[in-house]
Amino acid sequence: MTALRTGPALEVPPVPRARARRITIWPYLLVAPTVLATAYLLVYPLVRNVVMSLQRFGVGELIRGGADFVWFANYVEILADPQFWAVVRRTFVFTVVNVVLIMVLSTAVALLLTGLGRWARLMVMGGLVLTWAMPIIAATTVFQWLFASQLGLVNWVLVRLGFDQFEGYTWFASGTATFGILVALIVWQSVPFAALVLYAAMTTVPAELYESAKIDGASGTRMFLSITVPVLRPMFGLVLCLEVIWVFKAFVQIWAISQGGPGEATTTLPVYAFQVAQALHRFDLGAAISTVTVLMLTVVLLAYVRTEKAR
Amino acid sequence: MTKRFLALIVFSVSVFPVYWMVLTAFKPTREIQSATPAFWPSFTLEHFGTAVSAAGFWSFWRNSLLVAVGGVLLSLVVASLAAFAVARMRWKGRKAFILMIFVAQMTPWEALLIPMYVIARDTDMLDKLSMLTLIYFMITLPFTVVTLRGFIEAIPAELEEAALVDGASRITAFRRVVFPLLAPGLLATSLFGFITAWNEFAFANLLIIKDLDDRTLPVWLSSFSSTFGTDWGATMAAATLFMLPVLVVFLILQGRVTAGITAGAVKG
Repeated sequence: MTALRTGPALEVPPVPRARARRITIWPYLLVAPTVLATAYLLVYPLVRNVVMSLQRFGVGELIRGGADFVWFANYVEILADPQFWAVVRRTFVFTVVNVVLIMVLSTAVALLLTGLGRWARLMVMGGLVLTWAMPIIAATTVFQWLFASQLGLVNWVLVRLGFDQFEGYTWFASGTATFGILVALIVWQSVPFAALVLYAAMTTVPAELYESAKIDGASGTRMFLSITVPVLRPMFGLVLCLEVIWVFKAFVQIWAISQGGPGEATTTLPVYAFQVAQALHRFDLGAAISTVTVLMLTVVLLAYVRTEKAR
Repeated sequence: MTKRFLALIVFSVSVFPVYWMVLTAFKPTREIQSATPAFWPSFTLEHFGTAVSAAGFWSFWRNSLLVAVGGVLLSLVVASLAAFAVARMRWKGRKAFILMIFVAQMTPWEALLIPMYVIARDTDMLDKLSMLTLIYFMITLPFTVVTLRGFIEAIPAELEEAALVDGASRITAFRRVVFPLLAPGLLATSLFGFITAWNEFAFANLLIIKDLDDRTLPVWLSSFSSTFGTDWGATMAAATLFMLPVLVVFLILQGRVTAGITAGAVKG
């Protein structure tokens, strides 16, 4: 969105007048398939979701059809449910912890990359690309193996380091431990992209800026705060936005590793919506939770875009 | 020196899980089950044998390939038409269309799981690979339009105009002039789309429920414990086989994208 707003005006090659009139139907024919697909496969499901959230929609309605409108009853029901607010709080904690770690670590890695020699830099970038290329489900499987209670590598290392209580420790039985593993997994998967983008942006900062700052006797920290940060602010903002979206709506990692458990220690909003719809067959409540999730995300992002424009 | 050390740590942390997956896949069972893990492999292919001969492995592989390739081809055809209209023509509603594509790109697909399930059920598309193909088509479509538009705009319009002046029709000009220059862009875009579709889990997990032979690889892999129990060797071999195409694609992409960029630079 930001890229769209700040980007240069779109330039279209001039088309001779006579020709322009003759081909005027063409562009609409060309975009028609895209518009139709978007209408049916994106807009319609979104609308359907909102409509469902205003209806009573359980298994009966799913099979028979003909759902009755209850208007905001579903929203009242979820907003009055303390469990829902516990999930909201957890989702925000989960998002903040992950995003802060991702931003700090990826900035550090990007800075490190700028200071490395060619060979070491290529090695680190190769490693990052490999991590990035790993499919989510392959990664969740490997993390389950690393943290397995029997024969798992993490337990072995911890016992070797003298923490004997980790002998056969079952990580996935503890809510906090599972939460921590999910954070580690998501951070590990997200840092490569963020670090590579930030590094690419850092290389665009003119070297003269740093040179003159050095002559003026600025320290490394000072140069980072006074040159790198201000110049890269829009890029930081974009990466931050993307990471907030990705973490907030993270579903696959959580579902594949813990399905929101143990108990509900790792149930975030997208997982909660899915559970309510699938396990309880309350498609109406699930749809309402999804709608609230999308609204929350939109509000957060719009607030960000506004402050960004105000600057 | 400390920088080199930090670089080594970053490298190790990012690569280690991948290394551990491949290592376990090649380790003999008795080494996996020994109390002290070995960090260097002694080579065996037994786990790959177990993974490949697991019930349904080849049909899951085929299903994944089918939906990913199907979705990407569809979005390539549809998106290149739209991208051409956006990049080369001036028309009313063009700005609105671009905005729609950007918003579509931002859509949190996870929020559409429930309505998609209901719609699939209503239209008798539940348990059908064609439904997954359609969804992957839609997931990759916005991104494909945006990227292809960029690639088309990079091709000088004068080339096309020259062809038009020489009497070629708009379609011929596209086919003979634009398309060959566009090929690297098409390839790069479709490979990215392929990776997205190949990895997709949430919809595949939700929409294929009755006929378990119709599942795709990620869904099957996520339920590894019901297939392999605690046979970590076979599980890691399956995960490695699942990652393999993605890795190959990344390698192709690296060369191709650089080639595309340099080709553009020469043309100026």
